[in-house]
Amino acid sequence: MGLSSPGKCCKAGGGLKIRFILIQNRAGKTRLAKWYMQFDDDEKQKLIEEVHAVVTVRDAKHTNFVEFRNFKIIYRRYAGLYFCICVDVNDNNLAYLEAIHNFVEVLNEYFHNVCELDLVFNFYKVYTVVDEMFLAGEIRETSQTKVLKQLLMLQSLE
Amino acid sequence: MPAPIRLRELIRTIRTARTQAEEREMIQKECAAIRSSFREEDNTYRCRNVAKLLYMHMLGYPAHFGQLECLKLIASQKFTDKRIGYLGAMLLLDERQDVHLLMTNCIKNDLNHSTQYVQGLALCTLGCMGSSEMCRDLAGEVEKLLKTSNSYLRKKAALCAVHVIRKVPELMEMFLPATKNLLNEKNHGVLHTSVVLLTEMCERSPDMLAHFRKVRILRLLRILGRNDDDSSEAMNDILAQVATNTETSKNVGNAILYETVLTIMDIKSESGLRVLAINILGRFLLNNDKNIRYVALTSLLKTVQTDHNAVQRHRSTIVDCLKDLDVSIKRRAMELSFALVNGNNIRGMMKELLYFLDSCEPEFKADCASGIFLAAEKYAPSKRWHIDTIMRVLTTAGSYVRDDAVPNLIQLITNSVEMHAYTVQRLYKAILGDYSQQPLVQVAAWCIGEYGDLLVSGQCEEEEPIQVTEDEVLDILESVLISNMSTSVTRGYALTAIMKLSTRFTCTVNRIKKVVSIYGSSIDVELQQRAVEYNALFKKYDHMRSALLERMPVMEKVTTNGPTEIVQTNGETEPAPLETKPPPSGPQPTSQANDLLDLLGGNDITPVIPTAPTSKPASAGGELLDLLGDINLTGAPAAAPAPASVPQISQPPFLLDGLSSQPLFNDITTGIPSITAYSKNGLKIEFTFERSNTNPSVTVITIQASNSTELDMTDFVFQAAVPKTFQLQLLSPSSSIVPAFNTGTITQVIKVLNPQKQQLRMRIKLTYNHKGSAMQDLAEVNNFPPQSWQ
Repeated sequence: MGLSSPGKCCKAGGGLKIRFILIQNRAGKTRLAKWYMQFDDDEKQKLIEEVHAVVTVRDAKHTNFVEFRNFKIIYRRYAGLYFCICVDVNDNNLAYLEAIHNFVEVLNEYFHNVCELDLVFNFYKVYTVVDEMFLAGEIRETSQTKVLKQLLMLQSLE
Repeated sequence: MPAPIRLRELIRTIRTARTQAEEREMIQKECAAIRSSFREEDNTYRCRNVAKLLYMHMLGYPAHFGQLECLKLIASQKFTDKRIGYLGAMLLLDERQDVHLLMTNCIKNDLNHSTQYVQGLALCTLGCMGSSEMCRDLAGEVEKLLKTSNSYLRKKAALCAVHVIRKVPELMEMFLPATKNLLNEKNHGVLHTSVVLLTEMCERSPDMLAHFRKVRILRLLRILGRNDDDSSEAMNDILAQVATNTETSKNVGNAILYETVLTIMDIKSESGLRVLAINILGRFLLNNDKNIRYVALTSLLKTVQTDHNAVQRHRSTIVDCLKDLDVSIKRRAMELSFALVNGNNIRGMMKELLYFLDSCEPEFKADCASGIFLAAEKYAPSKRWHIDTIMRVLTTAGSYVRDDAVPNLIQLITNSVEMHAYTVQRLYKAILGDYSQQPLVQVAAWCIGEYGDLLVSGQCEEEEPIQVTEDEVLDILESVLISNMSTSVTRGYALTAIMKLSTRFTCTVNRIKKVVSIYGSSIDVELQQRAVEYNALFKKYDHMRSALLERMPVMEKVTTNGPTEIVQTNGETEPAPLETKPPPSGPQPTSQANDLLDLLGGNDITPVIPTAPTSKPASAGGELLDLLGDINLTGAPAAAPAPASVPQISQPPFLLDGLSSQPLFNDITTGIPSITAYSKNGLKIEFTFERSNTNPSVTVITIQASNSTELDMTDFVFQAAVPKTFQLQLLSPSSSIVPAFNTGTITQVIKVLNPQKQQLRMRIKLTYNHKGSAMQDLAEVNNFPPQSWQ
């Protein structure tokens, strides 16, 4: 489901778009934390806990968008994992929702029916996937085929 | 030393830990092993060790001793080493540690590496956590990579450049030539990232706008068109095309449409386009996906002010959203509904909103009730409808209404004279079944007290009159009094209502007397006081009773801002008949007079005792207060805006006169010459004079202190004394430092009252610190010009 036409997923604007990306499980364990903004370690911990608290109480009849401090969290739940992206309040919710789904689909392809354990044991590879698709707080690559090709090449170098 | 365990092993082992303590123990053991391994400077296993360290870091354990090791990994030639090294750098290092600068050289080399993957790694790291110094050093390399033939790298370089610009805005020009080429890209991914770069540039510098006028990309358009009419026009067609051609079957299409809508809203588009945007939002509202409905409602809320009519067309859909399951959608829908209410749709909307009030979650009820009151007040088509609506709110959400709703409603009822009978009947019926909702009971009690006679006489025209006897009415009021659910305030209302009925009812006066006397020994102090006073009214002041308990007149509203506090100015007044009463014999002892005042105040509405006697428009209340003599009213809780002349201010009157709101000072050319009052040791003090327009005995002197020495004078204090026939008031100075070299002055204002028009004389005392020592001086000022005091 790559977005093929130009400019259809522009996310630019003054200032950082994505503040951080988090993957957490229901119990609150962090499976991935990618920060695009400077935070202290204890700030990071606090943010992680707050996000977990806010996101796990919501069920299917809530929307996927939560106001959080002076930001917004776009999240989606896949099995026992919550994929959260923290963005500015003025950003396009639907587009980031798409981005999350895109990312998960890539993971699924790459790990062949990905499950949480895959993410645990191969955490450094997950970071690589993130870095292929997001950079400097922006969405970098939306074409799944391209990303997968890249990842397979990288894997061959190991 | 045995080979350190593999990453997978470690992960598996840690996962078997059953308690937090066990896990911690394992981790500590492993950290110790890793530390000794690092000390051995072992290249083969460094990568593995750092990877394990990173895993432990992700679990939340400190891992900073591995930072230098990451650097070593980055410097290694093996790709796997580099990869873990850079990951470690991104996770463990940040700008605040100096260690990160050591990376700069490594990154620089890697940016020029033969393998694109290594270059990519370097760009990625730089783009995520490069500090401003690093960015400055490496901007040149990034710029070079923007022009490389490898599209993979160009994409990364573009976003890396975005980060660089964010960190060091001055470097923007450097990237300008490269970006011009980027726009002609065929590769979509590169085009996308370069648009990101461009938009970042444009947002930061308006001059760049001129270069990119022809660019046809959505988000960029929004920023460009923000305040520029020409480009907005060009965009209108494009946006319309995009809006109609995008298919919406997948969420992707919706995301694009939504972006289009946002763009249309932001730029100065023609109204047709805006209507198109709002229609798109309206279609979103019908979508099954709640996310889409949510974003639609949010955007509509933002535009309802400017495009009111267009949004009105979707009113029914919005109202349907009130029944949605998601809480945040309901809230948005409620806010939007209130924004859309107007005189035409009030009846229909109110039905929906009342239904919503019935069924919504408690967290909404208060806001919804307030909103309904506001809307009803603004657009009520008839008084009966208004009263019905408010009653409906009180019965469905009675415990959630705000406190000021009760007085508002009471005032509304009083003012609808023709509806009194209808209102009291409905209220009576409402509390007959259930008297637990306090605001409702309070209003009902008040009304029954006021209009009980209408109730029993069965005079209602609007609906079928009910047959009620006086005893039945008293029954309900007494049950309110007794009930455990009634608050103290409610009981107060009920008791006063019963009392009022003593003049309206004919056959049950004895019963009322009995009730009132029982509560004379109530534990509740408020009730007890009332009961005692009412008892007194029956006994000693029976001749006053009928007059005191007369019908309330129509109240004047001071502020009409919906459910805000209404100041009861003459709400507590008694009508004219009081004037003909004989004044009470002899001066009333203050406490009893206060009691009477309390009766009149009747804490029925808001506990306001008017503290503003004479200056209010001639109200009987004022006269009554006169009758009762000069009572000190400071004890009463006063919400009334006291005008300036409230008697208990103890300041000398002339200052009040001087403090009138009009500026005291006429224009500067008063013609009174200024004098130098003091000049010694480099300190000069000048007096300038003005006479008050309102009070000829007041002279206002402005002193200006200046310092011609080369050092500041600090802690400067000016004091003045005048002969006994004068009065002096010193206001606070502008500062306490007189700056050197006459660069500034201290100003201070003195007000002098000279009722006997004697010649003005003044003694001044100056204290300050100068050149490290404390200085003090006394002086007399005798050279006041005659115009300043005659």
